Amino acid sequence: MRRRLSIAVLLCLAVPAASAHKPSDSYLNVAVAAADLEVRWDIALRDLDFALGLDADVDGAITWGEVRARSPAIIEIALANLRLASNGRPCPLVAPAQLLIDDHSDGAYAVLAMRAQCAAPVTTLTIDYRLFADTDPQHRGLLNLHMDNTVVTAIFGPEHPQQTLAVSAQGRLSVINRYLREGIWHILIGYDHILFLLSLLLPAVTWRAERQWQVSTSLRAVVLDVAKIVTAFTLAHSLTLSAAVLGLVQLPSRLVEASIAVSVMVAAGANLAGRWHARRWRLAFLFGLIHGFGFAAVLQDLQLPAGALMLALGGFNLGVECGQLALVALFLPAAYALRGSRFYQCVVYQAGSSLIVLVALGWFIERAFAIRLMTW
Amino acid sequence: MRSVFEQPRVRRSLWAVLWLVMVGPAWARPYLPARDDLVLERLPVSLGASARELADLHRRWRAAPGDEAAALALVEREIALGRGESDPRYYGQAEGVLQTLWHDRPPSARAWVLRAIVRQARHDFAAAMADLEVALATDPRNAQAWLTRAAIERVLGDYAAATRSCGHLVRLTDTLIFSTCLASVRALDGHAAAAYALLERALATTPSTPPAVQQWALTTLAEIAVSRDLVDDAERDFQTALALPVRSVYLLLAYADFLLDHDRAAAVVSLLANERRVDGALLRLALAARACADPRADDYRADLAARIAAARQRGDTLHQGDAARYTLAFERNAVAALALALANWQQQREPRDARIVLEAARARGQPVAAQPVVDFLRTRGTEDVALARLLPAIGAHD
Repeated sequence: MRRRLSIAVLLCLAVPAASAHKPSDSYLNVAVAAADLEVRWDIALRDLDFALGLDADVDGAITWGEVRARSPAIIEIALANLRLASNGRPCPLVAPAQLLIDDHSDGAYAVLAMRAQCAAPVTTLTIDYRLFADTDPQHRGLLNLHMDNTVVTAIFGPEHPQQTLAVSAQGRLSVINRYLREGIWHILIGYDHILFLLSLLLPAVTWRAERQWQVSTSLRAVVLDVAKIVTAFTLAHSLTLSAAVLGLVQLPSRLVEASIAVSVMVAAGANLAGRWHARRWRLAFLFGLIHGFGFAAVLQDLQLPAGALMLALGGFNLGVECGQLALVALFLPAAYALRGSRFYQCVVYQAGSSLIVLVALGWFIERAFAIRLMTW
Repeated sequence: MRSVFEQPRVRRSLWAVLWLVMVGPAWARPYLPARDDLVLERLPVSLGASARELADLHRRWRAAPGDEAAALALVEREIALGRGESDPRYYGQAEGVLQTLWHDRPPSARAWVLRAIVRQARHDFAAAMADLEVALATDPRNAQAWLTRAAIERVLGDYAAATRSCGHLVRLTDTLIFSTCLASVRALDGHAAAAYALLERALATTPSTPPAVQQWALTTLAEIAVSRDLVDDAERDFQTALALPVRSVYLLLAYADFLLDHDRAAAVVSLLANERRVDGALLRLALAARACADPRADDYRADLAARIAAARQRGDTLHQGDAARYTLAFERNAVAALALALANWQQQREPRDARIVLEAARARGQPVAAQPVVDFLRTRGTEDVALARLLPAIGAHD
C-alpha cells in the first residue's frame, strides 16, 4: 500500500510543471561554402551523460577529465548518428581532433567542430539525424544552415530524422560572389598593389622626358596607354595567381613580398628618372607576375573550397580586376583634368613618386630583413 | 609592411568573429578547459543522492532490456526526477525506455499508465487519455490511472469528470490522496472554501503519510489559500510544504508567483537564485530582479530571451503560457502576448492560464478577445482573487 502511495503521488503534479524546463536539444550549425561544409555541433553534456554515463565517479558533477576520458565514445556516438549527403552522394564528416566546451544558458555542451567535403558544390543538402533517437524520443536537433547571408533552420527528431534542404539555387554563383568580394577587398586594402599600379598610371597624362614635362593632348592616347598597362598587369598576375593556387609553382613568401616592394620602388623611381615611359606595360607585366604570387598567398589563407577551386579562383581574380578598375575610374578623370597644372606635376607626380619610393624602400627593408620600421 | 588585415592570424580571427556573428550572439566561443578537475556541469540537485540509484536501475535495464519490471522501475525513477526537477529531459528518457516495451505483446496496465503520464507531461492529453482508457480496462482498480485521469480532466476544465475520477480513489488509496485530488478540483468549480476545509482536515487526520504526499497536499492547500486571498494562511502552508525534505520545482514556482503578487520580489530573487536552469524559475527571477532593481536583472532577461528563442526554434508549444508572460512583461508586445496566451488557453485551462489571457487582453485594449475565458470562468464558478480583480478591468461584469 505504501509503495503504491509513493508512486501515485510522484505523478499528480506533472501536468503544469513539465513545461518549466528546457528540453533536450542539440544545436547543429552547418556553413556551406561550395563543396565544403563547416559543421559545429553542440550536444548537452547532460544528454551525453545519460547515453554514455560520463559521470564516472557518480558524484553528480561532470568534470573535464571525465569528458575527456570519454571523448572517443562521444565523437563515435555523434558521428554514427549524423549523415550528410549532397545530391545523393555522401559528404563524409572528418572527426574532430578534440572536443571543445561551450556554456549555453542551460548548461555546458560538448562542441564538435568538424568539416565535411562533398563531391561537388552543394546545391541540396540531405541531413540524416538520429542522435539519441532510441534513448530519448523527445530529443531534437536544431539545425541552422548558413549560406552567404541567409540562414535556413530545421528541426530533427524521430518523426523527421531525414530532411533535404535546398542550399541555394545559385550555389556556384554564391562561391563566385564570395570570392569576388574577397578580391575587391584585397586590392583595396593591399596598399602595395595600389601604389604599384598608381606609379604606373601617374605618367599616363603627364611625364618627364629629356628634362621636360610632356603633357598628353589626346584622351584617346591616355586611355589606350592605361588599358595597355592594366591589361598587362592583369594578365601577368592572373597567370601566376592561378599557377600558384593550383600548386604548379611555389615561391617563398618572403622573396615574393620583398620583390613586390622592389617593383613599387622601380615603378615610382622610373617616373622620377623619366625613363621607360613607352615601355611601362612591360614593367606591369614583369612585376605583375610577382604580384600574382602575392595574391595567391592571400587566397590560400582563405582556405579554398577544394570542390570549387576554379570558381573561387575566377571569382577572386574578377574581384581584383574590379578593384583595379575602380581605382582607374577614380584616378583617370582627375589626373586628366589636372595634367597640365604645376600641382599635378610637382606635388602629385614628383612628390608622390618620391614618397612612394620611400615607402616601398621601407617595405623592402622590412620584408627582406624581417624587421619592423613602420607602424602601418 | 602588409596591412594588419592581411596577416594570416588576423584574417583567421576575423573569420572566427564572422563565424560567431553568424552563429549568434548568445554563443560564447567554445573553449578547451585547462584542467581535468574543472567541473563543467552539475547534475540536478535531487539527483545527487540518487545518481547511483538511477545508474543502477539503468544498468539493470541495459542488462535485461526485455525485462518489463526492470524497465518500469527505471521509468518510474525518471518520471519522479522529471516531476521534482520540472525537467522534460527525464520524461523523454522515460519515453525512450518505454517504447521498447510495445514491440512484442501489449505490456501491463502499469506500463500503459506510465506512458500516459509521459504523454500528459508533454501535454499530449488525447494520447494520454487513450492510454489510460486501455489501462483502466484491464485494471479498473489502478489508483495511479484514476489520479492521472483526474489531473488531465482538471487541466482541460472538465471539472465534473475530474470529480468522478477522484471519486474512484476513495476505496483505492489513502484518504489524503483522495482528498487532495478532490480539493484541487472543487477549488476551481466554486467550492474553494469547502475544498480548503476538506484538505485541512485530511492533513490533520493523516499525519504519517509520506512527505511527498504531504507536500502535494500542502501545495494544493496553499494554492487554494492564494486564490481566496488568505495571505497569511497561504504563507504558512507554503512554508510547511517547503520545509519537507522533498524537492519540488513546481512548489518553488507557485510560491514565487505568490511572492511576486504580494510585492516581495527580493524574496523571489533569493528563493530562485540557484534555479536559473529552470525556464519558469528564470522567468520569475527576471521579473523579480527587475522589480527590485537587482543588478543581475539584465543577465536574467538576456538568458530568458535566449531560452524563449530556442523554444521557438524547436517549435515548442509547452512554453506558450510562460512565453506570453515574457512577451507581455519584457517585450511589452500585447498583440503577440495575447496570441500566445490564447493558444495556450486552447491547450490548458488552469487559473494561471486564464490570468495571462485576461492580462494580455487588457494590455491590448481588446476585452472581446478574452470573452471565451470570461465565459469559462463564469460557467465553472471559479473563485480566484487575482482573476476577480482582472475581470472588471477588462470590462466583464457579473
